[in-house]
Amino acid sequence: MNYIYNYLVFPGFLFAGFCGMLASFIDRKITARLQWRKGPPLFQPFYDFIKLLGKETVLPSGVSKSIFLISPLVGLSAMTLVSTILWLGLLYSKGFAGDLLVLIYLMTIPSISVIIAGFSSKNPIASIGASREMKLILGYELPFIFSILVVIIKANSIKLSDIINYQILNGPVLNSISGVLAFIIAIFCIQAKMGIVPFDISEAEQEIIAGPFIEYSGPPLGIFKLTRWMMLFVVPSFIVATFFPAKTFSGNIFRYLILLVIVTLIRNTNPRIRIDQAIRFFWVHCTVLSFIAVILALFGK
Amino acid sequence: MGNKFSCLFAGSINLATAIGIDNMSKLTLNVLTKSIWVFHAACSPCNNCDIEILDALTPRYDLERFGIVLAGSIRHADALLVTGVPNKKTAPRIKLLYEQMPKPGVVIAVGTCSCGGNIFRHSYNFVKPLDEIIPVNAYIPGCPPKPEAIIMGVVKLVKALRRGNK
Repeated sequence: MNYIYNYLVFPGFLFAGFCGMLASFIDRKITARLQWRKGPPLFQPFYDFIKLLGKETVLPSGVSKSIFLISPLVGLSAMTLVSTILWLGLLYSKGFAGDLLVLIYLMTIPSISVIIAGFSSKNPIASIGASREMKLILGYELPFIFSILVVIIKANSIKLSDIINYQILNGPVLNSISGVLAFIIAIFCIQAKMGIVPFDISEAEQEIIAGPFIEYSGPPLGIFKLTRWMMLFVVPSFIVATFFPAKTFSGNIFRYLILLVIVTLIRNTNPRIRIDQAIRFFWVHCTVLSFIAVILALFGK
Repeated sequence: MGNKFSCLFAGSINLATAIGIDNMSKLTLNVLTKSIWVFHAACSPCNNCDIEILDALTPRYDLERFGIVLAGSIRHADALLVTGVPNKKTAPRIKLLYEQMPKPGVVIAVGTCSCGGNIFRHSYNFVKPLDEIIPVNAYIPGCPPKPEAIIMGVVKLVKALRRGNK
């Protein structure tokens, strides 16, 4: 019973959805202010979401109905689970051995649901978007896992609550050279994971319209949007938990907000890059740098 | 002539029935009018209206204040913004676009061309006016209409939608 409450209400669905919508608002507002605009009202993401729930769902002819409609739910449920495990660990030090690895794997599932959605919608543009997303996953996963490996080496544990306790006692991982290197790489990787601007190659509006989401309308599109907003909240808070956690809830939220502003600033000051440039960036520069960070961490720097 | 902030309406037809919102809850309608995603269909225009629409979306007028965002795919759209004269090439396509739009959705004719044909109405490839091909909810005349006129038209449409549901 308690687990159901955790999954659906507090650190799970409602909490992550609400915070994700607020994060999306903050992101849009900062973007608007940077472009010298006024920006949307506070409840704009709520309006968008409820509006999408009230609209008609158009099924393209010839698609597999079940896969087309289930794939948004796959990503949403995985993201909810990530939020539940992560915030239970951050707030109450709950968890199980190896939950860090579970989180890393669960965080790729929304991308996989996007790929399934793209290929199932029988649209050439959606297929291009899905294949780009696939290449992007291959690109960013290796440096991302290397940068988390730095944290694992420092804290000598793969349990999230142990990592958090270690950092609260001995100072954050970010205080070391290898920690800073890994943190920078991790920021690039979460940018690609959340699909925002320098790496939103899979859904580039100006060239392939909306990529994998092009055939989606109504509630399934709303669920995809909600998953994206939850990712905007959950994935940076995973970085907060692994690199510089705080003791209290408000401290964690404050650090998350700093990270959100950094992510938004990167988004607003960089153009989109091509998929081959992204792969080269991740496989050459980021992987080498994160490998150096791992070696430095092994030497205790 | 088109610089006046004029915006005509489709007379006394029941707007709510026309776009399929007559049995919609008030909450859904309220949020629908607060978050309008626009699909811009250029139906062989001379591009002046398109430039004015793009002007209306720039930071100077900032339509995101009202939740209006340009959508890339017709399946995401709530409003179909049509510019230009429907001719033999574009008339079937604009009909197809309208059928693909998830309902409830509105159609806005921007510019005198899409409102009634303008100087092209006696042309060899002119089929029929836009509102005889698809139902049009708001007309924004002008050649081209100013961004202020476009915003005025959208505001009047939103007000009419809210009034129609009461």
